[in-house]
Amino acid sequence: MGLAKRIIPCLDVTAGRVVKGTNFVDLRDAGDPVEIARRYDEQGADEVTFLDITASSDQRDIILHIVEACAAQVFIPLTVGGGVRSVADVRRLLNAGADKVSMNTAAVENPDLVAEASAKVGNQCIVVAIDAKQSAPGVWQVFTHGGRRNTGIDAVAWARRVQQLGAGEILLTSMDRDGTRNGFDLSLTRAISDAVDVPVIASGGVGNLQHLADGVSEGHADAVLAASIFHFGEFTVRQAKEYMRERGIEVRL
Amino acid sequence: MHEPPARRGAIVVIDYGMGNLRSVWQALVRVADGREVLVSADPAVVGAAERVVFPGQGAMPDCMREIDARGLRPAVLEAAANKPFLGICIGQQMLFEHSEEGDVPGLGVLRGSVRRFPADRMRDSDDHRLKVPHMGWNQVRHCREHPLWAGIADGARFYFVHSYYVAPVDDACVVGTTDYGILFTSAVARDNIFAIQCHPEKSAQAGLAMLANFVAWKP
Repeated sequence: MGLAKRIIPCLDVTAGRVVKGTNFVDLRDAGDPVEIARRYDEQGADEVTFLDITASSDQRDIILHIVEACAAQVFIPLTVGGGVRSVADVRRLLNAGADKVSMNTAAVENPDLVAEASAKVGNQCIVVAIDAKQSAPGVWQVFTHGGRRNTGIDAVAWARRVQQLGAGEILLTSMDRDGTRNGFDLSLTRAISDAVDVPVIASGGVGNLQHLADGVSEGHADAVLAASIFHFGEFTVRQAKEYMRERGIEVRL
Repeated sequence: MHEPPARRGAIVVIDYGMGNLRSVWQALVRVADGREVLVSADPAVVGAAERVVFPGQGAMPDCMREIDARGLRPAVLEAAANKPFLGICIGQQMLFEHSEEGDVPGLGVLRGSVRRFPADRMRDSDDHRLKVPHMGWNQVRHCREHPLWAGIADGARFYFVHSYYVAPVDDACVVGTTDYGILFTSAVARDNIFAIQCHPEKSAQAGLAMLANFVAWKP
């Protein structure tokens, strides 16, 4: 027995509400991020990730209040990403109660930010999110701006680079699979996970429990992240863990 | 801003400027049953505490430097000698004599050193590569009975994030071990001191139970 593979529900939050949570069953307030995070904690989630997709900058501080409220009630690690542009942003989120902060576009535009933030707060707090899309068999490129802009950067090379810069973890999303419910891009996940020493969280495409297990067994992911299969009440985190355990994967149950 | 006045009877989390202590504070408040929980960088407040929590994150050389820069070393040593004392993560590592991380001396409260996970041994039983940092939920095996284990299953999972672990000289102080490529010491205890490598404040029910045990502990 040893380290458990983690299951991480992800909540897309905008202006204080969870976007994909509107059909959430069995909750008094379907769209309240703190209440949903608590529910996932009760189901045995290993961490929770908030992705702040708020478009307007004047509503940016709302996420801080959500993080504060969540950290007061949910005693598992909390990762927050979305719109992080500076070390000051990182500090604000950590001070509000986040354990890790994820950066994506800003890391590509200014790789020094990863190094600077990591030096200031420690690499255990810094997650670099990589959105990757296949450009040729076995080749993936990094996209930014929510998947709209191709940087032309090789995803595997970028993963190695951000580890060197000081990322403590990589959140890897396949833009080809995100939203499809066809499962993770396992080749991509394995290529990245095998290329770096830091943990890799697989994301994008989960439609059933087998996809989660495959992400670990075939993709070599250290953790798997999913949104819709949990939000819509199809499966609980506990069911996902029981399924993974039956498949011989070590989980916290 | 005025420093909070030194008060007797409080649970004090020592703040030496290395990162966010909100989670530790909040988890302690949750289990403190109305008792006062303070986060303080003031040696006088630490000195007046009834019990002390010594957290830590980041790199041990930075932590040691900040403790001395704030004049906190005597207060930490006094608390470790006399009060219920809980070290967490780097707060556990700093109790030892020396760390491979930055080749720095620690506080020397406990004999032994802090070592990095050996790169050539990081394989699991199925020969899969194990990554460093050791990040996530792993089992803590109880090697000895201890009041802080009360109500916590032997082998319960706690949340870890670290690349270094403690190697005590004195086996008698080892109360918990964890398997990650090697079997390493994940919890130590001696007299009024209990120290653990994982983060009880982020370890859900098991972690809260451990913190509640600490709050009630009468060594």
